[in-house]
Amino acid sequence: MRTPGKPLRIMLVDRLPERTNTVEQALSAAGHQVVARVMAGGDLAADVAAVSPDVIIIDIDSPDRDTLEHMRTISRERPRPVVMFTNDDNASTIRSAVRAGVSAYVVDGLHASRVLPVLEVAIARFEEFQAMRDELEQTKSTLAERKLVEKAKGVLMRQTRMDEEAAYKAMRKMAMDRNIKIVDLARTLIAATELLEPQGRKRGP
Amino acid sequence: MKPEKRSLTLGFIPLTDCAPIVIAQELGYFAVEGLNVALSREASWATLRDKLSLGILDAAHMLAPMPIASTLGLSGFARPMVTALSLGVNGNAVTVSSALYARMLEADFAAAVDPRLSARALQRVIEIDRREGREPMTFAMVFPFSMHNYELRYWLASAGIDPETDIRPVVVPPAQMVANLRAGTIDGCCVGEPWNLLARAEGIGRTVVTGQDIWRNKPEKVLAVGREWAERHPRTHQALLRALIRAARWLDDPVNGEHAAALLSAPGYIGVDATLIAASLPGAEQPDRAPDRNGRPVVNPSCFFASAATFPWRSHAMWILTQMYRWGQLEQPVDIGALAGSVYLGGLYREVAAQIGIDAPAIDVKIEGAHSEPWTLPEAAHPIAMAPDTFMDGRQFDPAHCVEYLQAFDIRALRTGIDAGAAANQ
Repeated sequence: MRTPGKPLRIMLVDRLPERTNTVEQALSAAGHQVVARVMAGGDLAADVAAVSPDVIIIDIDSPDRDTLEHMRTISRERPRPVVMFTNDDNASTIRSAVRAGVSAYVVDGLHASRVLPVLEVAIARFEEFQAMRDELEQTKSTLAERKLVEKAKGVLMRQTRMDEEAAYKAMRKMAMDRNIKIVDLARTLIAATELLEPQGRKRGP
Repeated sequence: MKPEKRSLTLGFIPLTDCAPIVIAQELGYFAVEGLNVALSREASWATLRDKLSLGILDAAHMLAPMPIASTLGLSGFARPMVTALSLGVNGNAVTVSSALYARMLEADFAAAVDPRLSARALQRVIEIDRREGREPMTFAMVFPFSMHNYELRYWLASAGIDPETDIRPVVVPPAQMVANLRAGTIDGCCVGEPWNLLARAEGIGRTVVTGQDIWRNKPEKVLAVGREWAERHPRTHQALLRALIRAARWLDDPVNGEHAAALLSAPGYIGVDATLIAASLPGAEQPDRAPDRNGRPVVNPSCFFASAATFPWRSHAMWILTQMYRWGQLEQPVDIGALAGSVYLGGLYREVAAQIGIDAPAIDVKIEGAHSEPWTLPEAAHPIAMAPDTFMDGRQFDPAHCVEYLQAFDIRALRTGIDAGAAANQ
């Protein structure tokens, strides 16, 4: 076993390079050494054998996790990585790791308490990355929803000769009366219009 | 009787045999039971297992040995798991690269073209490599606690190949198997469908033996839940089981194959061409495979319902435990019968089957490998038509004699003594 305080040699397995960058920076700042960065699909067993890391941090949606699980069961494999935490003492940490989308493997003989800070750094970075992505998704979908409402408003104005404000008010009232979101009403309105005005069929002169 | 929990998340891996879960969802069998199910496609067995252990998933499509391994703490978080339902039998095969197949033909033509002897041709190639000082070849399967692992090893060992030293065993995720064969990073693999069919269709691999050739109608996947979850949600569990048994029965009708394949081929499920999936569903013929030496076409589709395919045979679990001993996965002796009985819940299956008028075996254990022809199981309310269950080498597994069964194998890698095993199995 290593003496406490000595930097750990870490391997990162992740299909998202931007996320790997932030995790690597954070781990280096904490005094550890990222000795390898691997995307997916290669011969991970051979990479692990060649690099011989102390800890492997892996994206939980990487299919390569099963490759690591197997190495432990083959007696001649060195090193033999073991998934971190196999008892209830650390259930909350492992739960937050899974929710953040990260998992960790340690080599034989390395105590889990030594690796815990490394995993905590990784969890924090994965969570930040996830929050950033969620925000981006949210922005995108808000934009898409706004476009749908605009389109529905246009349909209504064309069909009823209402002005823009009246059309919007009419949609908002109907949505409130039916207890549905205005974007859902917009979707229904657009779908109904497509049914009533199939493409290619022109309205009369 | 309302289910205790209505909104559930079920995990699956994109493979032909996730079909009962997908069909129960798409055709509304879950909804009929009052269940609101979300399906979660997982990228690895390890992640599926962790999510089930942590309660993020309520139930999961699992390799038959996994609930046993989790219960024993051999794989990830130690968590007692149970299964009351088999999600089908058959479906795996061993495919080698076209280059290796050519070498097998050259080394021993008669063996290479006969599924049951094909390992002998591989053994000849390994001998040549050894004489010429080459590195051992790499063979992949999908998870250490999988039927694929035990089938591949059974097949290799049948020709005197030691799977730990004569080849290099690795795990490769199913969806990456074909790419690895093409790239030459692996020489062969044991994987479920539709991946063997895809390798064949792309002309980069050749199936030399199917799971059906190794052990006819062998177990494959199960529906696993945590033991604690099962105790807290008995009615939900039963509702799930009823829905899945009905979906399995629907799937077994060849008339439904095309419809099922179309649903399964969606990107959110398996995401490969529907014709390939159709070729691995019940009733499918595989014209690409050469017939066996008796002239019968070799077919290896999954079977979901017929011949009590949904029944969780305790003798299947016991066989799996003998292989865990055989290949050194067990470091402490365990009582095979008691453990198998605590994970595989035949009694619960019977209770559920009776609710929906389906005949269930009245026994939990049978001698595996004793039937080379279709047979009838008399231990049931109405006798059940059963399929053959022979092993490639003609061995029989009598669950009353597990230790003797283990002792009879020449190649094994025990980590706990057979004597200790015998003491635990008194």
